[in-house]
Amino acid sequence: MNADKQMPTGGMKVQKQIQLPFSKAWQISIKSIKIRFARSVITAAGIFLGIAFYSSVRTAGLFPNSGTGKEVIAAEHRQQWLAYMALLVCFVGITNSMLMSVTERYKEIGTMKCLGALDSFVVKLFFIEATLMGVISSFAGWLGGWLIVVLLHLFSGDLKGFNGAFFSGTLMQLIVCTFIGSFITLMAAIPPAMQAAQMPPAAALRSEI
Amino acid sequence: MASNEYVVRTKGLVKEFTMGDQTVRALNGVDLDIKRGEYISIMGPSGSGKSTLFNAIGGLDKPNEGSVFINDVDMAQLDASELAYLRCHTIGYIFQTFNLIPVMTALENVTLPTVFAGMPSDDGIERAMYLLNVVGLGARYHHRPTELSGGQQQRVAIARALANNPSIVLADEPTGNLDLKTGTEIIELLRRLNKEQGVTIISATHDLKMVDVSDRIVWIRDGRIAKIEERADIDLKIGEMDGESLH
Repeated sequence: MNADKQMPTGGMKVQKQIQLPFSKAWQISIKSIKIRFARSVITAAGIFLGIAFYSSVRTAGLFPNSGTGKEVIAAEHRQQWLAYMALLVCFVGITNSMLMSVTERYKEIGTMKCLGALDSFVVKLFFIEATLMGVISSFAGWLGGWLIVVLLHLFSGDLKGFNGAFFSGTLMQLIVCTFIGSFITLMAAIPPAMQAAQMPPAAALRSEI
Repeated sequence: MASNEYVVRTKGLVKEFTMGDQTVRALNGVDLDIKRGEYISIMGPSGSGKSTLFNAIGGLDKPNEGSVFINDVDMAQLDASELAYLRCHTIGYIFQTFNLIPVMTALENVTLPTVFAGMPSDDGIERAMYLLNVVGLGARYHHRPTELSGGQQQRVAIARALANNPSIVLADEPTGNLDLKTGTEIIELLRRLNKEQGVTIISATHDLKMVDVSDRIVWIRDGRIAKIEERADIDLKIGEMDGESLH
């Protein structure tokens, strides 16, 4: 720090800005989630609810439908339709919460770029944050939806559905739900983050939401 | 040495904004040479192009025509990574709205540029604490921006601007959101840093308090330089200047 009293000298050489290691981005992302914890929880809740809804519909579909042939087919159609709707609701819900959480930080992105952040570093931060939020809340959402349906069946004493197919179906849905949730989260978060990172900093700083 | 005399030079800067189907020329051919170690105020009414010039000099926005040279380097020739290096190491920014990161403490805000510069974190924290002491906020390093007054936030922003020992500090209306007394303190602080650390200060402002401390004043009107005055010429004419239609 002995340069403090020096006159800044001219004849500078402009170099490439250094690429910060992944660990640094990880560190900053974790901190960013932690310090805006309340906001992170609300965003995560958006993902959680969407996936929980989807998961509960799919889990209900794992139990055999009772009734005659025609009724079973009608019930299966209804369930399928419900699953699509659930997926749509969860898509819109997640996209909405992620879009909000990124766009409200355009100014912060502009500021970071003024301080020397590379575009790729800004995107990396949002990628890590979105992945963490997506995976954790999608898993929690799957668990929540699954638990509710399973508990309802347990309490109603309807145990005949808990067979091998149910458990393998459960495993499949765990994977599908976590994947879909994380995927939608990333798809909703990364494009606006990239857009903000590539804007001239002045434009990002001007943006109001 | 001659090539090092000017820290910033602009040639024929033009910047246009499209608003609906109208094109507005915010800058209309600005040529400006700024010497190393100068304290320059860019003055003019709102909408005169001050902030646009500020953004062009700071590499925050690209001009449509003309060039900006920082230490004789043409900014238009730099790629994104080199621009980031320049913003990180050579230029410090101060804004009217402070633009601190709200979720970070004063110390974390000031440390951030050193992180981007790749400084080891202990050194970065030491540097940030030193600067917070310089701006008189050493005791409040763990406060978030919302827990600080406007003047204190601007001090944090000044410390942050100096984090990587830049040769230029750009300030866009640094006193615009501050009351008279706090604004004067901030101006004095900038002047002190200019004198003690030799950093060139370029300030876009319409605060007449800046006139007293500036080496030169660049008057902007309708995207052009209306006149450039040396400080020596100004002292006698302050009264006259008050008559200028400043908002």
